[in-house]
Amino acid sequence: MAVVSVKNLCVVYDGFEAIQDLSFSLEDGDYLCVVGENGSGKSTLIKTLLGLVKQNSGEIIYDNLKSAQIGYMPQQTAIQRDFPASVMEVVLTGCLKLNGRLPFFKKSVKELAKKNLEKVGALALADKCYGELSGGQQQRVLLARALCSTEKLLILDEPVANLDPKATNELYDLILKLNKEQKITVIMVSHDIRCAVLQASKVLHLDKTPVFFGTTSDYINSPEGRKFLGHEHCLCGGES
Amino acid sequence: MLEELIGLLSLTFFRRALIVGILVSLSAALLGVSLVLKRYSMIGDGLSHVGFCTLSIAAVMNWAPLYFSIPIVVLAAFLLLRLSENGKIKGDAATALITTSSLAIGVIVTSLGSGMTTDVNNYMFGSILIMSESDVTLSVILSVAVLTLFVLFYNKLLAVTFDESFAKATGIKAGLYNMLLAILTALTIVLGMRMMGTLLISGLIVFPALTSMGVFKKFKSVIICSAIVSVICFIIGMFGSYIFSTPAGASVVVANLITFVVFRIVGTICAKIKK
Repeated sequence: MAVVSVKNLCVVYDGFEAIQDLSFSLEDGDYLCVVGENGSGKSTLIKTLLGLVKQNSGEIIYDNLKSAQIGYMPQQTAIQRDFPASVMEVVLTGCLKLNGRLPFFKKSVKELAKKNLEKVGALALADKCYGELSGGQQQRVLLARALCSTEKLLILDEPVANLDPKATNELYDLILKLNKEQKITVIMVSHDIRCAVLQASKVLHLDKTPVFFGTTSDYINSPEGRKFLGHEHCLCGGES
Repeated sequence: MLEELIGLLSLTFFRRALIVGILVSLSAALLGVSLVLKRYSMIGDGLSHVGFCTLSIAAVMNWAPLYFSIPIVVLAAFLLLRLSENGKIKGDAATALITTSSLAIGVIVTSLGSGMTTDVNNYMFGSILIMSESDVTLSVILSVAVLTLFVLFYNKLLAVTFDESFAKATGIKAGLYNMLLAILTALTIVLGMRMMGTLLISGLIVFPALTSMGVFKKFKSVIICSAIVSVICFIIGMFGSYIFSTPAGASVVVANLITFVVFRIVGTICAKIKK
């Protein structure tokens, strides 16, 4: 059964029709890359999937999953870059739902946070100050935080924005590894189109309405894909 | 000297001021860390001016100052948050609007009433002589409420401060916790402003937070340090104001300023040594 299926979704956001008649579904272990110009409804789609924006019509059906059980990695804000908190404190903010109403974190929850830091290769940073990490390290920590609230579905909003090429490749490799090894379904929005598309198994090209939805190899050979990707070769890591 | 300072404690007005001040400093320091990090530092200033307005009205109408101020300032806190979150007027501009309008209304009301007398001076720069016994009781109750709520919701406040959109996505009611923060701030300000002064109370909110951020890099250490710094600076300021015959509110802020500078220097040296 599909992890998430979206049927005839229409969303009006800020007075504009941001998404019109969008339908797609993702299977367990899919890696979807959402592409499109600015204002094409990518961010609105993410917000709607997370339940932060109400759809006007259509439906989103999750298999055995509530919207609060999605691992979300939002774009970094200016506030966070020099935030005085340890890495552990940041990751634990992803575990609040598991912890229930308790004012302090349970031991099992702390263990989970550590496990997820280990998954992203950042366990050694647990005691460091988040604000003093490099951009790539900060993104790893935010990914670990996202993992704390999910075992099934990750939604990543521009995960490589502001990263240097090396950190970008490392983060892509990490996301791919999580997708393959942990069988986590991934939905990623990215401006860095060419690399992102080569990583993903499926592509959704949005321009308010869906322009294309299908596998990556079909997209690369489709007229829309060729137009959008251009003919240049991707210079970054990719799946190899 | 020491005996003289201990003798101060036997004075009722001084004891009351000290109790209320310590509780207010503690609350302000805890809330201040979140407010500063969320770029809400000026909310304190805005709210204290609303407080000035309500105090002036209460004085002219002969109403009990705290009971009148608290609901109005809490309401203003709601309004400020609403405006800064989804209004067309951005946060800092909205604060400036509310600050100046309340000040203007307050000054007009006072001049219509008793004229610009020592009352206004007291509201602006604070006075430690005006705490009645029922004020002390109310302050203690409210401060304990502020502290309890802060401890209970500490983790959620951290989550909302660090990343509101993530918090919302994981099902935490970020709007609710922002409101909680604003209401607790409003209460703290109303309790502290008559003693510290309308123009000086926001010093209690920003200074301890910034001071401890200069040295500490973990949220919990920043919170604990700023609570300790705030209380110690308040006590030093109060005794300092007696020794040098300076106004209490201003002395507390200057004590905070000196600590801030010292911490920043220590922080810079520590960072250099680490490298």
